[in-house]
Order: sequence, then structure tokens, then C-alpha cells
Amino acid sequence: MIDFLQLTIYGIVLGSIISLGAVGLSLIYGILRFPHFAHGDLFTLGAYMAFVVVVFFNVPVLVALPFGVALTALVAVAIDQTVYRRLRKVKPVILLIASVGIALILRSVIQLVWGSGNRVYEAGIQMPHLWMGLRIQNDHLIIVGGTILLVIALHLFLQKTKVGKAMRAMSDNSDLAQVTGIDVNRIIIWTWIIGGGLAAVAGIFLAMDTRLHPVMGWRLLLPVFAAAILGGIGRPYGAIAGGIIIGLVQEYSTPFLSPAYKPAIAFALMILVLIVRPTGIFVGRKV
Amino acid sequence: MSLLSVEGIYGGYGDVDILNGVNIHVDPGEIVVIIGPNGAGKSTAMKAVFGLVKVREGRIVYQDKPITNLRPDQVVKSGICYVPQENNVFPTLTVQENLEMGAFIRNDDYSADLKKVYELFPVLHEKRRQQAGALSGGQRQMVAMGRALMLDPKLILLDEPTAGLAPAIVDLMFENIKKINGLGVSILMVEQNAKQALAMSHRGYVLTTGRNRFEDTGKNLLANREVAEMFLGG
Ligand SMILES: Nc1ncnc2c1ncn2[C@@H]1O[C@H](COP(=O)(O)OP(=O)(O)OP(=O)(O)O)[C@@H](O)[C@H]1O
Ligand SMILES: [Mg+2]
Repeated sequence: MIDFLQLTIYGIVLGSIISLGAVGLSLIYGILRFPHFAHGDLFTLGAYMAFVVVVFFNVPVLVALPFGVALTALVAVAIDQTVYRRLRKVKPVILLIASVGIALILRSVIQLVWGSGNRVYEAGIQMPHLWMGLRIQNDHLIIVGGTILLVIALHLFLQKTKVGKAMRAMSDNSDLAQVTGIDVNRIIIWTWIIGGGLAAVAGIFLAMDTRLHPVMGWRLLLPVFAAAILGGIGRPYGAIAGGIIIGLVQEYSTPFLSPAYKPAIAFALMILVLIVRPTGIFVGRKV
Repeated sequence: MSLLSVEGIYGGYGDVDILNGVNIHVDPGEIVVIIGPNGAGKSTAMKAVFGLVKVREGRIVYQDKPITNLRPDQVVKSGICYVPQENNVFPTLTVQENLEMGAFIRNDDYSADLKKVYELFPVLHEKRRQQAGALSGGQRQMVAMGRALMLDPKLILLDEPTAGLAPAIVDLMFENIKKINGLGVSILMVEQNAKQALAMSHRGYVLTTGRNRFEDTGKNLLANREVAEMFLGG
């Protein structure tokens, strides 16, 4: 029982990280209609951007986090405006391939600058809190708490602000958004700021939980896609739930399977959903 | 002076022209209707005004300013609103959010226009918190028109506002269009319910294969034997 609860904690932590990625992926898909394969490498970029600030100014990672987020959002917008923007009218598969190219470029640059070894924000081992026989680390509380705050903020943004509503409108019907007079490019820029920013947070959280490595984000891309698809791709709220489910399932599998197979579990779940319920597991109207 | 004048436009979606010299004008305060067989290019003509179809030749003038081949958002800013034939609401947004999107380009207080729309369509006020996709066809059409009205436009383009609606609702929609016109908004609409539409409009055009075939007052077109036989079902 204790083991199960312990795995639940790990699953929620991992699920939070996956959710932050999946929600951005889902928003981007909803608005630009292509699966963004460079999303995992935006995680990595965010983690390393924060690392630079940590090392340069000798500050704790939480202080560096906003800078890492801002820089990553900026890079995401720049990539969109220089590369993806030129491809708005082509078939989604072309954009998909372009994003794979961007993913490779980002990873190579990161590897070139920081090398292919592991890095950490803070040397030393954190002592976990012991609570009713469960081990809980400070970082875990930060990751889950931070994710909850961000999800609430995103919800308020999408429901209450003009730009957030316009994002939902574009995701519903981008042709109609255009003839309604919505400034489509401005909304797309906002989508990248949010998607890129959340990816950076996910990357920083992942690096806090494990360590920095040039392929850390790419390795998480599969579970992130699985989460977005589970939640019905294009639906940010579904992606959050999908992320938590994938995180939990991956951790629950560890007593039975080698942890190396964790992504395989996510992949299997994703395939299952695509075959049985391609619109995602949550009830909702396909529009 | 015409509010809108479409002068001899040619254009289409690819290499082949769908429009082969269409001429349409709308004067201030008018209801103008375009009828014609399926595939005649009626929707295409409207899309051309709105910058959604490339105009290869000819010109479009709105309030003495050329608007040929402007981007859709620029056309909106010049004061024309457009209600497409299909998929003309944001289904997962609430009714009120749909109307707010109509006012996206405005940075001033638009609550007076929101109130005006709710007065025109009280049922929308009742359902303002419901998702637009869950409404009936007639109510969705009201949302789409209401969204267009949020900019307080001088001219609204309506593409088949009564398509697929039950007869009683069709009558109601035509009443609504008259009411909107009563507010001083000019209307250019495409209609399949040709008789009713011509009866309530000031002028009408019959379009076939991307060309003007007939053009007259609504009353005269209804009385024209050839038009009646070919396009009004006898
Ligand atoms: N997006 C498009 N791409 C290519 N061809 C199109 C497109 N939309 C319409 N067409 C073609 O243009 C021609 C005119 O179509 P249009 O929609 O303007 O007709 P319409 O008069 O509005 O007909 P309806 O009464 O059926 O609405 C048709 O031959 C149609 O197949
Ligand atoms: Mg049509």
C-alpha cells in the first residue's frame, strides 16, 4: 500500500511535468493544426536557459526560472516568425517535418554549447521529508504546486481575457476568426509565448527532478504526445488530465517492468487510444 | 453615391475564373439580394469582396475607397461585416463570447452594441452562457448576425442566412434582417428562398456562371416571366 502511494506521488510529479508540455502542444495543435515535434527540445532549451542564469548570477533555480521561461518563449516566437510563419499555407505534414528539423537544430546547438554530459542546478542530495512512511522531496512539492498554479493561471487566461478567448475562437475555426477581424498573427504569437513558456517550466521542473541533459526533452516527447492525444489533441484541458494519467501509469508500471520501458507504456496507451477512441478519452463533441 | 460597388470583377480559386465580370452595387440603406443556381459563383462573389478570393481584374470600391484584394481583417476595419454560409459561429465559445469576438478589433466600450444585439435577439440574452454549438440552426444564425452587428457596420454581407432552417424560422430570419436594415444597416445577401428574399429586398441580381444575368428591383424580378420560370420554380 505504501509502495502504491509512493508511486502515486512519483506519478503525479511526472504527470505534472508531462501536463505542462502536453497543454502547450495541444494549444499549438488547436491553433496551427500541426504536431509540434520540437516541443521536447523547448523543454531542454528552457532547462539550459535557466542553468545559464543559475551559473552566471549564482542564484537558486527558482529565481532563474522566470528568465529561462522568458528566453525560451522568445526563442519559440522567433522560430515561429522566421520559419513556421512562411509555411502557414502548406500541408501540416510539411510543418511537422520542419519542426523535426528545428528539434534537431535546437538539440545540436545545446550540445555544442554545453556538451553532452549531465549537469545539475545544485550539487548534493536533497533529503526527503518523511510523512506517514512516504518520501516527499521539497522539489516535488514545488513541481506539483507550481503546476497547479500555472494551470489555474492558464484557465483564467483562456476564459477571461480577450486574447485567451480569441485563442479558443481560432482553435474552433480559424477561417471564421480571420473574417471576424481577429488579428491572427498576434494570437499565434501569444500561443507560442504560452506554449514555449510552459515547455520551459516543464523542462526546468524535469531538470530539478532529475538532471540536465541535451536529450532530456526529446525523451519526454513521446509521453507528452501520448498525454495530448489521450486528452483529445487540441483540447488543453484534456491534455492536463492526460498528462497526469500518463505520469501515473508510467510510474505504476515500474514494479512490473524495467523503468526503461516507461515510454513504451505511454506509447502503447497512445496507440490504444488512437485505435479505440481517436478523439481522446474524455467525452466531448468533435468539432 | 453607392456604398459598395463591385465593378466587372474576374477571379477564382485557382487558374480557372469563377467570376467572369460581376457587377453589383449597394446603395446606403438598401437590401440587395443575389440569387442564382448552385455553383453560379454567388458565395465566391461575396468572398471576393471580403478578400478571400483573389480578384484578377476589375475593382471593388467601398465608400469611395478601393478595397480590391485587401486582407479580410482590413476589410472588417473599413466597416463591412460578413456572415459566411457555413460554420459561422465558434461552437465551443459561449453565445456572449461569440459576440465579444465580433468586437475584437474594438478597444472602446462596446456594451451598448451588445445590449442592442440582445434587444434584437432576446433569445440570445437568455442563452448567453451556453455554447453556441449547442444552439438550434436559427439561433446559431442569430449569433452569427449578432456578431457582425457588434462592429456597428454600415454594410453586412449575408450568405444564405436561411439555408437549412424550418419554414417558420425562415420567416423569422427575414423579419430579423428587415429589423437590422431598419437600424440603418445596408444588406447584401445571397438567398435560395428567392421569392421571399426578392419580395423584401429593394433590388436583386440573378447570377449565372459568374456573370450578371438579370438585375432589377425585387418587385420587377418577381414579375419577370423568364426569371420566374428559370429561377423561382415557375
Ligand atoms: N474553396 C474552393 N476552391 C475551389 N473551388 C471552389 C471553392 N469554393 C467554390 N468553388 C467552386 O466555385 C464555383 C462557384 O461556387 P460558389 O460557392 O461561389 O457557388 P454558389 O453560387 O455560392 O453556390 P451555392 O448555391 O451552392 O452556395 C463552383 O464551381 C465551386 O465548385
Ligand atoms: Mg454559396
